[in-house]
Amino acid sequence: MKLYEYEAKQLFSLYSIPVPEYGLARTPEEARDITERLGGKSVLKAQVLVAGRGKAGGIKFAESPQEAYELAKELLGTEIKGEKVNSLLVSKIVGIDRELYLSIVIDRSVGAASILASSEGGIDIEELAAKSPEKIIRVYVDPLVGLKPYHVRRITETINLSDEQKKVLQDIILNLYRLFVDFDCELAEINPLAVDKEGKLVPVDAKVIIDDNALFRRKEFAERVSAELSDFELEAKKHGFSYVELDGNIGIIGNGAGLTMATMDLVKLYGGKPANFLDIGGGARAEVVEKAASLLLKHPKVKVLLVNVLGGITRCDEVAKGLVNALKTYGKDKKLVVRLTGTNEEEGKRILSDAGISAFDSMEDAAKNAVALVKVM
Amino acid sequence: MTVLVDKNTHVVVQGITGREGSFHTKAMLDYGTKVVAGVTPGKGGQSVYGVPVYDSVYEAVSKHPEINTSIIFVPSPYAPDAVYEAIEAGIDVIVLITEHIPVHDSMRFIRYAKLRGVSIIGPNCPGIISPGESKVGIMPGHVFSKGKVGIVSRSGTLTYEIAYAITKAGLGQSTAVGIGGDPITGMNMIDMLERFREDDETEAIVLIGEIGGDMEERAAEYIRRINYEKPVVAFVAGRTAPPGKRMGHAGAIISMGTGDAESKIRALEASGVKVASTPVEVAKLLKDVLKG
Repeated sequence: MKLYEYEAKQLFSLYSIPVPEYGLARTPEEARDITERLGGKSVLKAQVLVAGRGKAGGIKFAESPQEAYELAKELLGTEIKGEKVNSLLVSKIVGIDRELYLSIVIDRSVGAASILASSEGGIDIEELAAKSPEKIIRVYVDPLVGLKPYHVRRITETINLSDEQKKVLQDIILNLYRLFVDFDCELAEINPLAVDKEGKLVPVDAKVIIDDNALFRRKEFAERVSAELSDFELEAKKHGFSYVELDGNIGIIGNGAGLTMATMDLVKLYGGKPANFLDIGGGARAEVVEKAASLLLKHPKVKVLLVNVLGGITRCDEVAKGLVNALKTYGKDKKLVVRLTGTNEEEGKRILSDAGISAFDSMEDAAKNAVALVKVM
Repeated sequence: MTVLVDKNTHVVVQGITGREGSFHTKAMLDYGTKVVAGVTPGKGGQSVYGVPVYDSVYEAVSKHPEINTSIIFVPSPYAPDAVYEAIEAGIDVIVLITEHIPVHDSMRFIRYAKLRGVSIIGPNCPGIISPGESKVGIMPGHVFSKGKVGIVSRSGTLTYEIAYAITKAGLGQSTAVGIGGDPITGMNMIDMLERFREDDETEAIVLIGEIGGDMEERAAEYIRRINYEKPVVAFVAGRTAPPGKRMGHAGAIISMGTGDAESKIRALEASGVKVASTPVEVAKLLKDVLKG
């Protein structure tokens, strides 16, 4: 789960990483008052989770409280890359001399936290990594050892700073690592970490992503409904499905993530376009299958629903029952293509054929059929 | 010879009294796996399908010294504890079925297992099967048959799909292992390629990959670097997956510019691996490479 910038900055403050003074505004009046409090000037930053906020016009500078009021009025309620702006972070303007980069991320292939730092911040780190990897220092932290002073020294040695600034950077790294571990982060990033005109190190932006699987011990975030999700994604989440929206017209349901992805790929291979990815997981009962199928049949973009189930702990008869029920309620003007094999296959196929649906044995044939059907609709 | 599990595999089931644990204990017993003990703290003295239940892995191991393998069905908040207990009780191979374990936890116990010389399969995996000898996992046994193909996969049902095609093609499997769909797993593709390399029964290997991370690229690099002697066939799921979205598995996400299917397929093909465009095609390609 990605945190909003203001949430990430709250965590920074909690861990003694000093951020520029700010307030959160949900109305133009609040933006004006906060700007007043900050000394009359401010930067207004749209609180959205999509990337590329600055280029999309989500960051504005106000020269006066009145201008902050007007800019806030413009920004609040608009959409940035499809995400609604509900609040603004109103922050003191930092006079930036130069920009550094600092992040901690989980490195999958090493199986450890990796600290990345660079004297060249502000830009996209992926670009920098591709263009000039020698400008990034990377230090791995053994998860059983934890972050030690020598790790930190190895990083600060490579960054061009005064001794006093290096000491501050060391503290920031140590505190960011504590936050990273305590909050089960996948990523904690400061980009840019500015050096201001007085030579102070100031985190201008803050990005924190928390591992979804750890939210059971971070209830304060688990409660929050993510603003990134569409209505369909929200409903799918409520039922415990793994669901992703795509832009085609063939709805895809499968049991197991790999199989569902492979089904999507087949649809594309045979010239169709998947509308989504929906994994019902293992052992789904009829009611669960019915909910999944109903969700997609209700979806305005879905013309054909392709269901691919390889029964192991999932029983084909349960799948068939769920599909037939969903079709009764939501099947008008939609076509259903089913591939069903494995546990209780005979019974499942009988239930389907009683409802006038035939099932395929191979996923290749089913995918071809779904693509052919959508073309004549 | 097979890989990691065989006729001498003696299993303790951690979390045996739960719904999943008891269901799959029966399925493993039916398959012929030697399930000799189960563990659920506080439920010692009970039995599940004739398998005695103990309060701790220590107790199970002291009563049944032949135990060398554990399969864990414990829910995610308690699973790390179960893993550490298994490691310290002297288990050699741990199959960790549990999904949704926080990655900071798995990072630590996987590192600890490596230092102690213990093999972890998973988390978030279907387990491992050496057909005809032992099944330590949740896969449907009937889609597998004894044969000469080693399978290593990041997926569950997709593995069954491809294994079934291999079975129908008359080739069968020496050992099939689902290493798990999480970002960080115990055994990885290279670990398994190394083991299959030394296994006499394995004549060809199938890699089943998916989007996310760079495990497939690393496997490709390994195959090229050591000039891997046995033929390798691969399938990679997620060619149509959009970047930044998690496709079911915690590890199946294209992020920070890495993990897309095309880059994996390119890397594998550059190392001489035949990459199938559909699951069924894997069996066809295997027949081709094994003929030559």
